[in-house]
Amino acid sequence: MAALSHADVAHVAHLARLGLGDDELTRLEGQLNHILEQYRVLAELDTEAIAPTAQTIELENILRDDLPGPCLPVDEALAGAPERAGDHVVVPPIIAGLDE
Amino acid sequence: MTSAAATPMSARYETVIGIEIHVQLKTASKMFCRCPTDIEGAPPNSRTCPICLGLPGTLPVANRRAVELVLETGMALEAEIVPVTRWDRKNYFYPDLPKGYQISQYELPLTRNGRLAFETSEGPVTVGIRRAHLEEDTARLVHAADPGGRRVSLVDFNRSGMPLMEIVTEPDLRTPEQARRYAEELRLLLRAIGASDAEMEQGQMRVEANVSIRPVGEAAFGTRAEVKNMNSFRSVERAIAYEVERQERVLDAGEPLVQETRGWDDDRGVTYTMRIKEGSDDYRYFPEPDLPPLRADPAWLEEIRGRLPELPAARRGRYTAGLGLSPYDARVIVADAGATALFEETLAAAGGLGLAGVTPKLVANWVSGEYLRLAKQATGEEVELAESAGAAARVRPEELARLIGLVADGSLSGTSAKQVFERHFTAGEPVEAIVTDLGLTQISDRDALAAAVEDVIAANAAAVADYRAGRQQALGFLVGQVMRATRGRANAALVAELLRGGLDDGGTTG
Ligand SMILES: [Zn+2]
Repeated sequence: MAALSHADVAHVAHLARLGLGDDELTRLEGQLNHILEQYRVLAELDTEAIAPTAQTIELENILRDDLPGPCLPVDEALAGAPERAGDHVVVPPIIAGLDE
Repeated sequence: MTSAAATPMSARYETVIGIEIHVQLKTASKMFCRCPTDIEGAPPNSRTCPICLGLPGTLPVANRRAVELVLETGMALEAEIVPVTRWDRKNYFYPDLPKGYQISQYELPLTRNGRLAFETSEGPVTVGIRRAHLEEDTARLVHAADPGGRRVSLVDFNRSGMPLMEIVTEPDLRTPEQARRYAEELRLLLRAIGASDAEMEQGQMRVEANVSIRPVGEAAFGTRAEVKNMNSFRSVERAIAYEVERQERVLDAGEPLVQETRGWDDDRGVTYTMRIKEGSDDYRYFPEPDLPPLRADPAWLEEIRGRLPELPAARRGRYTAGLGLSPYDARVIVADAGATALFEETLAAAGGLGLAGVTPKLVANWVSGEYLRLAKQATGEEVELAESAGAAARVRPEELARLIGLVADGSLSGTSAKQVFERHFTAGEPVEAIVTDLGLTQISDRDALAAAVEDVIAANAAAVADYRAGRQQALGFLVGQVMRATRGRANAALVAELLRGGLDDGGTTG
């Protein structure tokens, strides 16, 4: 497990759209590498006989029937919108496909 | 203007195409919440709830029907059904994605390694299907200017959380036509299953093509462009043909290709740069903790498999091998839901009415010919794979069966029958009423025809003399004269017989 570089931390911060200063990045670099260090300890365990899982609770196949239910009234749905035009939410202009 | 589609592919390069198709699944409620899916024409933001708005503290629950439709599609594509699958978060920021991530399937798609066979003008082709997985759709963005002239984007969350199936092929396709035929065949299959209406114009089916070229004989793939915004099957073919030509021009000029997303401009007939890919996209996929994994129980899978209807390829096979239709008729009829229904129902009606003369071949001729001609006229020339379901409702199968029966037993001429059918299609009256009203019943009565035959013999002395001199073709002319006098209603075989009798009599007595 390779350690995170300063650039890695800056990249992850950008992906999460966190505007961090250089001193903050340095501090986080240390903290994140400390966390990774703990995983290195965990990775020493023999897990050969244990099936991989992404779950902490033992549930499977929780599905619901395809039955429509009620929706929010438009005013309620848009109550938290930063800006509203008619029944639309207004956001800064996005040129389709130029960024995502 | 040059037609890109008509330009022959270069002999120096080989084209490599892979297709990604997103289809909206036909469910009553959204993927992870109970908002209804009747968003077409609904007021903006009127089909939302805390789950599909991505509000904190909500818990998504997957829609069983959506899962089953993907499994059914996988089975139809002869794909492997993954025993255990899970959901993943695809993380990115965009205003159409309220949670900051899309729930999708990354490592364990519901189905993978399938294939689909289809026809092209150069013969049959089979494409490998890499995967078909389930995910949620994003909101819809409208780009506009506010009253003050400021450019803004408007968000409508009605589409957010609609169930979406993504189907990805292997890079097996080699020509723009193959790409188009694959998309058309997939659409037929999805509609046969009832997984989606897959209307491209309405965004229910979105086709993206990964296009690259490489020198013939080269194993490594070239730099690919991802082509988007193709809103019809015709655009798919045109856009890829243009893109191949463009890439050839770039390479021939000794310039490098860049990996990018390109949009198709249908009016100008060109692709244009939308986004240059710098490095690989970093979506930081990780397992969705809010949704438990899915285990495909064998009994459940068997139940789903039992629901699979006859698929388009099997239907075409039955029509040609079983019913004796031409491959052309089978293809044309199966490509159109309305035509298929009319063909099947007319055949059944003929059986019910005991009309033995109404054979599958005759019914197919009427459906692929006159019916589709009128249906296309009624729905507009632009319709691809004519969606004639609406038009089919205008024709009553038992009436079409009766009409074909009248032609088969000689009561109605082919020309008259077309006239009757057009009026039935337009006005919906029963065939018998139209035949009576137009006075089209074939005259097969000797006495009724005798006067017309005598008149024609009397009025055409020269042709009569020719016939008597041994020129048989003069008889054809005289039959034509009787047909004209009866406005096409005379039974031609009977007229010939009567003429021969009259002329031969005249020959011996006069
Ligand atoms: Zn909802």
